[in-house]
Amino acid sequence: MIRIENVSFKHRTTPILTDVSLTIPKGGVVALIGPNGAGKSSLLSLVARLQPLQTGAIDIDGLPVDSTPGRELARVIAILRQDTTVASRLKVRELVGFGRFPHGRGRLTAADHAIIDAAIARFDLADLADRFIETLSGGQRQRALVAMAFAQGTDYLLLDEPLNNLDMYYARELMRSLRSIADGKGKTVVIVLHDINQASAHADRIVAMKGGRIVADGTPTEILTPETLEAVFGFNMRVETIEGKPFVLHQL
Amino acid sequence: MPDRRLLGLAAAALAAAVAFLAIGLKGNIAFVLELRLVKLAALVQVGVAIAISTVIFQTVTGNRILTPSIMGLDALYLFGQMLMVFLLGGVGYVTLDPQMKFGLEVLVLMALASALLLPMLKSRLDMGLMLLAGVVFGVLFRSLHSLLARLIDPNEFSVVQSASFANFNAVRTDLLVFAAIVTVIAAVIAWRARHVLDIISLGPDTATGLGVGWAGTVTGLLLLVSALVAVSTALVGPVAFFGLLVAALAERIVDTRRHGVLLPAAALAGIVVLVGGQTLFQHALGNATALGVVIEFVGGLVFLLLLVLGSRK
Repeated sequence: MIRIENVSFKHRTTPILTDVSLTIPKGGVVALIGPNGAGKSSLLSLVARLQPLQTGAIDIDGLPVDSTPGRELARVIAILRQDTTVASRLKVRELVGFGRFPHGRGRLTAADHAIIDAAIARFDLADLADRFIETLSGGQRQRALVAMAFAQGTDYLLLDEPLNNLDMYYARELMRSLRSIADGKGKTVVIVLHDINQASAHADRIVAMKGGRIVADGTPTEILTPETLEAVFGFNMRVETIEGKPFVLHQL
Repeated sequence: MPDRRLLGLAAAALAAAVAFLAIGLKGNIAFVLELRLVKLAALVQVGVAIAISTVIFQTVTGNRILTPSIMGLDALYLFGQMLMVFLLGGVGYVTLDPQMKFGLEVLVLMALASALLLPMLKSRLDMGLMLLAGVVFGVLFRSLHSLLARLIDPNEFSVVQSASFANFNAVRTDLLVFAAIVTVIAAVIAWRARHVLDIISLGPDTATGLGVGWAGTVTGLLLLVSALVAVSTALVGPVAFFGLLVAALAERIVDTRRHGVLLPAAALAGIVVLVGGQTLFQHALGNATALGVVIEFVGGLVFLLLLVLGSRK
């Protein structure tokens, strides 16, 4: 369980997050939505202790993120930020292998190799495994990074806009993979999404943020209504129900 | 296979060392051999120290063009040295025990370098700014160095003057044992940190996510780099582009950024270039030019090349 209590965060004097409290129980896919600058990425980096906590408290399975050793947390929670850059002259397999670092400090056992191979297979990277990262397209690189985070083998996976650069096919594949990881292995996936319909199709719960606060929290059917969406994004959009799931026609 | 390439590099380094010792051996063989062995040990040390410090520095800064010397670290070392002469006086400086003096200089450099570089790394300057800051720092310390040189007594100036230029012919052998200890310890630490270095090369966010404390690790690595720079600068003087040349060469040869392979490859390449080059200059070219000049020339070309290629990406 991730517990976020009364977290506020300021960048110099600009408030980014104001009094955010959120509890994410173990298991399932939680989508974070909201307009640009709503504080979604900041919230994720605070949970993953990439930025120091200013006020409030966050703990994961009872481990407070600001005082637990980084090594220990790295076995519990993995994060993929947006715009992650990768040093050149690294092969896909090596990059995915770095995900095992928290477990063996760089020494890979046979079990580690099996996990790396599984991650490579799951994200359809087998053909690319021996290519250098810098020779890949943006979408392929994105998949390699997701595979690295997955190979970390943590119970909690935080992904910041992982669908960036992915085409429709791989965006759907990734969401399905996350769904099956959550269902089959009981993992918790927290994912920042801009494509609301992906959230509707694959998430159990949607948390909407705006201006550094949580403004709505519920199942896709509860959140994806014209009224709530207008309150979050500031314009009216049509919502249609297909196969019992709400789909937003925000392009119209 | 990187391993085979590593073996090739090791063989080349060994060949260079043997050639350095054996070519033109005549006269009092025991005496000449001893002289050459001491010099070989110094050159190997300098090659290894510069190569390792450059690779680590590039990994920490996430940048293939920066080296400790481009960031003005060796200028900083010379400035520290001049400052000590200024404060202690020429006589006081000379009468200091050389090893204690060197130890003091290493500590001063470590402190100054981390005071300078850590804030820059924390604010995550981009490469252009880092490069610019490095050039400015280099000029600043060289200017301060010459300012102090003007302030002190000419006799005292001669004490430090000889240390201000790279010279592979006149190696400071009196510091050899102490420097060797520092180099070996630093090399062992670097080797043990090879997996951590791999993770550091992924950047602060990913490294933190994988459980490597960024600030602490980077501080430790920068202290290591400072110690190595102090060793090489103390032994032969400042060399601007040698590290860049060797690191680029090693990376080209082994074709990976994994530090388990890259660190030994860079160290071996450093030995090959330095010892091989020195042998070549002493025997084939009859000391017509100084190795330092040629290395700086070729290294400078590599620097320009990397800059041009890098800007195209």
